[in-house]
Amino acid sequence: MDFDLTKDQKMLQDQVKKFADAEIAPLAAEIDISREFPWKSIKKMANLGLLGIVVPEKYGGAGFDFVSLAIAIEEISRVCSSTGVIVAVNNSLTTYPILQFGSEEQKMKYLPPLCDGSKLGAFALTEPNAGSDAAAIETMARLEGDNYILNGTKRFITNGTEATIFVVFAVTNKELKHKGISAFIVEKGMPGFTAGKHEDLMGIRATGNCELTFEDCKVPKANLLGKEGDGFKISMNTIDVSRVDIGAQAVGVAQGALDAAVKYSKERKTFGVPICNHEMVQSMLAEMATKIQAARLLVYFAGQCKDKGMPRFSKESAMAKYYAADIAVEVTRMAVQIHGGYGFSKEYAVERMYRDAKILELYEGTREIQKIVIARELTR
Amino acid sequence: MSMFLNEAHKKFREKIIAFAQNEVRPRAKEIDQKSEFPADLVKRMAELQLLALYVPKEYGGAGLDVTSYAIAVEEIGRVCGSTGIFLAAHSSLGVFPVWYAGTEEQKQKWLIPLARGEKIGSFGLTEPNAGSDAAGTQTTAKLVGDKYVINGAKRFITSGHVADVLIITATKDPKLGYNGISAFIVEKGMTGFSCGKEEDKMGLRGSITSELSFEDCAVPKDNLLGNEGDGFRIFMETLDGGRISIGALALGIGQGALDSVLEFVNKGTKGGKPLSKFQQYQSVIAEIATEIEAARLLVYQAAYLKDNGQPYVKESAMAKYYASTAGMKATSLAIDVHGALGITKEYPVERYLRDEKLMEIGEGTSEIQKIVIARQMLEK
Repeated sequence: MDFDLTKDQKMLQDQVKKFADAEIAPLAAEIDISREFPWKSIKKMANLGLLGIVVPEKYGGAGFDFVSLAIAIEEISRVCSSTGVIVAVNNSLTTYPILQFGSEEQKMKYLPPLCDGSKLGAFALTEPNAGSDAAAIETMARLEGDNYILNGTKRFITNGTEATIFVVFAVTNKELKHKGISAFIVEKGMPGFTAGKHEDLMGIRATGNCELTFEDCKVPKANLLGKEGDGFKISMNTIDVSRVDIGAQAVGVAQGALDAAVKYSKERKTFGVPICNHEMVQSMLAEMATKIQAARLLVYFAGQCKDKGMPRFSKESAMAKYYAADIAVEVTRMAVQIHGGYGFSKEYAVERMYRDAKILELYEGTREIQKIVIARELTR
Repeated sequence: MSMFLNEAHKKFREKIIAFAQNEVRPRAKEIDQKSEFPADLVKRMAELQLLALYVPKEYGGAGLDVTSYAIAVEEIGRVCGSTGIFLAAHSSLGVFPVWYAGTEEQKQKWLIPLARGEKIGSFGLTEPNAGSDAAGTQTTAKLVGDKYVINGAKRFITSGHVADVLIITATKDPKLGYNGISAFIVEKGMTGFSCGKEEDKMGLRGSITSELSFEDCAVPKDNLLGNEGDGFRIFMETLDGGRISIGALALGIGQGALDSVLEFVNKGTKGGKPLSKFQQYQSVIAEIATEIEAARLLVYQAAYLKDNGQPYVKESAMAKYYASTAGMKATSLAIDVHGALGITKEYPVERYLRDEKLMEIGEGTSEIQKIVIARQMLEK
């Protein structure tokens, strides 16, 4: 493993860190309460090339690598998890599948606006009755002339209320089971496609998360991504990559919580000394820092696997996501603890970080699913 | 991770694996059951030039690096904890202080035979009343004419009974605290130096753990390592590096536990269904494998930093703390996977747990590691 960042990666890290502290951090508390989608931040991030980090320059992207993408997600999530996942979804769940599986026409049409901030992306796989069992989705797509007609419902779609370009999964041939699922690029405005109301969630409250409804929604044939029946493969391949970014988001959330806890522990006094002088607090801080570093290395290692062209890295990306999410929940919990009663008040950021952390163990593959993926790779 | 080692490290690792699997593994059970010091394997490791991997060839070493050393300890520890701890103690605690602080004469006289394995090395720091509080040493060394006269006792000294060369810490006056401590080279057979009892231990039973006694033991002035008062710095530097090797050993034993789990699960069935298809087994495999992989990345990051002259104190403490914690969890779960068979001597997993326990204690307890980490973090 390359334990040092490259010069370019280090430069990106410094740049995103400074930007996040200056422009994103000041809005984090407010958007958590108001649930307002941070469009101003999106536009600024587009200008920095952060919406299409691995997209080649010819399609309007920044042309960086997957480790760089993870670094950017981590630094943004460190100050605001909502903003972090919005950027992650646009990058790894929308630009990536189009880049990887799209035709030249599709890439030329959809990647530039996704990279320049004029259109935001989303990934619609999960349904009311199909989460972990992704192959059991019920949204149907039948071919009629030059269009596919989509019928069904999607649930818990990040960026759903604001996105205008969606990668949507639907069944084109029920008999073939998971080999009968296809992927489509669906645009808001296509007749029969509506976004529902914004979900009221425990955490990542400003991500425009909502239900999507397809009622005889007409999608041009040209918007089929890959071939009929490629859908499941596309979703699994995409999720292998996005796990790295959710892992990076988790590392970021945990790091933000640790930074806050260290700062507070130096200021707050008990029994005449700053609480960072007490062994129990030192022990907690050390445990938090060690787990974050372990998670970070797993995330970067998975990113390197992708960058070095490893054909199969499901185990590595699943380990990164599973572990980072696990420790993010633990670290944010400990950060609230270090703040004492103040940790329970919205006056301090850690209570939001604790609430933001939980989803990491659930979306883009629950920790239970990650464990099954990991075990399957080891017991083949 | 091993797939991303450079060519030289990859080849080296293959060589070590061949030695460990073919020559060490068949001896491991017997070494443990008979509490037998593996003199034959020590001889073989000397022949293979494994006993001072990071020491330059001109001083009898293999002229490699800390990463190679970590690989050797990991792969040998993977099959036999006792042989692994011997290698780590000889290299990090016997060889290193002379390499780090010795004069040219001292290197010629002692480093070369230690590096070649012609002499066995050991490190006498811990005392009955001074473990974690290593600076609280009560063993004294008073300059009388041209000799230092040492009086005191040491406890839990690895390889004490078989060591030819021992690095002993002693103080001019306990009231001086850490500034008063010096390090001395003591040789077996010196008048006034004797070994007391050999500890009867839970694990690492093929490693000799000794009491040492110094009664007016007169040591030539030439045997002072560094200057008077350098002892604290020498042993801190020794322990900083030693942590990487104990981290590697903890990792290796944990990997051995994972190896056993996979072997057991891949063979077994329940009601005609392979064990690998049961979620409980999948869950345990995923947990162990993920934490062992994270431990591996932390250990090799610390080794990388040391090899590249970058600060590594925090990272080596993290590596040892994390790998030993993960190793304890892995070895305990490995027993669970085997069920009742796991607590019989028919399978190696019970030995792995017994061997792993020391990793949380020796060369700096986990509690001390956390204090080291916290101090590094809070100093910023």
